[in-house]
Amino acid sequence: MTQLTTHITVDRLNRYDAAFVMGLYERMVLIREFEEGVKFMFLEGTMPGTIHQCQGQEATAVGVCSALDDDDYITSTFRGHGHALAKGLGVQEMLNELFGRSTGCCRGKGGSMHIGDMTKGMVPAIAIVGGSVPLAAGMALAFKMQKTPQIVACFFGDGATSEGAFYEGVNLAAIWDLPALFVCENNLYGASTHIDKVTRVEHVADRAPAFGIQAQIVDGNDVLAVYEAAKRAADECRTGQGPVLLELLTYRRTGHSRRDACHYQPKGERDMWLARDPIELLGRAIVERGYANIEQLEAIRSRTETEFNEMVEIAKQQPPPTAQDLLEDVYA
Amino acid sequence: MKRLSIAESIRQAIAEEMERDETVFCLGEDIAIPGGWGGAFTATLGLEEKFSDRMLNTPIAELGFFGAAVGAAMMGMRPIADVQYGDFLFLAMDQIVNNAAKMRYMSGGTIRVPMVMRAPIGATGRGSQHAQSMERYFIGVPGIYVTTVSNAYDAKGVLKSAVRDDNPVLIFEHKLLYGSKGARAESGTIDASSDIPDEDYLVPFNQADVRRQGEHVTLLGWLLMHHFCMAAADSLGDQGIDAEVIDVRSLAPIDYETIGRSVQKTGRVVIVEEGPRTGGVSAELAAGIMERFGDSLMAPVMRVASPDVPPPFAPDLENLYRPDTARIIAATRHIMRN
Repeated sequence: MTQLTTHITVDRLNRYDAAFVMGLYERMVLIREFEEGVKFMFLEGTMPGTIHQCQGQEATAVGVCSALDDDDYITSTFRGHGHALAKGLGVQEMLNELFGRSTGCCRGKGGSMHIGDMTKGMVPAIAIVGGSVPLAAGMALAFKMQKTPQIVACFFGDGATSEGAFYEGVNLAAIWDLPALFVCENNLYGASTHIDKVTRVEHVADRAPAFGIQAQIVDGNDVLAVYEAAKRAADECRTGQGPVLLELLTYRRTGHSRRDACHYQPKGERDMWLARDPIELLGRAIVERGYANIEQLEAIRSRTETEFNEMVEIAKQQPPPTAQDLLEDVYA
Repeated sequence: MKRLSIAESIRQAIAEEMERDETVFCLGEDIAIPGGWGGAFTATLGLEEKFSDRMLNTPIAELGFFGAAVGAAMMGMRPIADVQYGDFLFLAMDQIVNNAAKMRYMSGGTIRVPMVMRAPIGATGRGSQHAQSMERYFIGVPGIYVTTVSNAYDAKGVLKSAVRDDNPVLIFEHKLLYGSKGARAESGTIDASSDIPDEDYLVPFNQADVRRQGEHVTLLGWLLMHHFCMAAADSLGDQGIDAEVIDVRSLAPIDYETIGRSVQKTGRVVIVEEGPRTGGVSAELAAGIMERFGDSLMAPVMRVASPDVPPPFAPDLENLYRPDTARIIAATRHIMRN
């Protein structure tokens, strides 16, 4: 069993400069505040569509994306808000999209489940479970054929590892030594079904030897551990050593979607994971190290919330797409 | 000018496009194997000798390598992905329908997916799972173009146009029209060879083509059925019925301009489709013609199609299954009574 972090030590923090660590923290807070704000608006009925959120999983998105270069790409899932914010999409263009406005990052045609922006290196999220895995292999194939140093990080959940697409896509990347980082965010649940009910092996990473590729299991709530593993794996991919599978152990604090109250999550399990909240883990270490005090951390959160709320008001004023927009963008 | 089969003209088209543009590459099963087949019907035979880096032989994993084709296309490559038999497209369906077709729309028009998909179809002695007519499953998928080639000239020109287009293009080919030779030859083949010009040429993949002028009735078909329509028209001519024959070619979009001109002239339409009658392309064609040119019709549109059964194995059953010239002639004579 992988050791799960209960305390990020000052020694570990000291490997990085303050700006980098605070950047990780602020990005995770941004995701949390974004998700909490969106949840509120969805529940009060002002935000359309359905919604899948990632509260509790902020460290996987931020840790991996911090290890990527700007011109690297990510693919995402229906639970993609965190990935988007971590890869550099703007809150405003995302809110405009979630409200279904023509100025959204997908012109109102993607929405929550297909959030993305190619100029920021994020493919519109693929909402079919496992569907992004072969796609990512193909993107990595292009990078290899074009002899560019880019890589693609493909996010998917534990549920995707039961899909055929996962096996076919990872196998292609393996046989062709493609620069693809396969990032499994194992939050223990595919919708309401625990992974133990659908998977015989103990870890997703146990499947890696069957493909002949490297894998690592990492505490996905420890953003520094995620960053370090992703950096190492990204370097391996980039230098032609083939794909790497990262299994990031994490937990979803919120429901699978919409109004799901998570009654299927046992109390003991839930309490254990909530006690290891990724933002609090890093925040405590930051205070201990003296990069910021508690009041300053609260100020970051409060400022983020205020800015978010201002952008919500702007998003609500954006123009809706038109009848002409409906018919555009089908063909190039 | 050289006489080539469809298999040979496709091979030539791929070679020329790979020569012209280094982003063009092929991926599929049993391609690029020295001493191998060049795909199930020899279309890519020997291309690995010159383009070893761009002929990617894949595992038997249609979902995987069609997805890889989409991903590579998004990143600026121009993949040509083929299945050995059209029936295997079902395995790749998610990547074709949910990703290739929708990526541009979902991204608000920022992504291009310039990929070509090639698939052989047709009832040819293989029973239910290697002989289906697959066109119907794709014509209602906005975001991809669906087209067909019934002779070697079109096969080369259409493929080249498809490679150069910035959208996903699905090209259906017919097993009895390839003219494959050697161990991969088919029995019952129809000659679909053409004189291929020495110079570069393109054929639009979104247009129908009037192949025989006529005054009394319009026969619409594609792939093998187009050849049967031509044969039927010859017989009908002997019986005093002057049929116009159109190779529909493009199934999505349908070229209603070319078809409409003919329908407005003849006032009678027979649509011939290999594949079950229910839910086929001919249903869409008939409805489209009714909406646009219904006032010109002198008789209800007729369909000639396979019965609503899976493709059978026994040669006797297969011949009953697949529309033939006799059935086309009978339907046409029937419609001429009105």
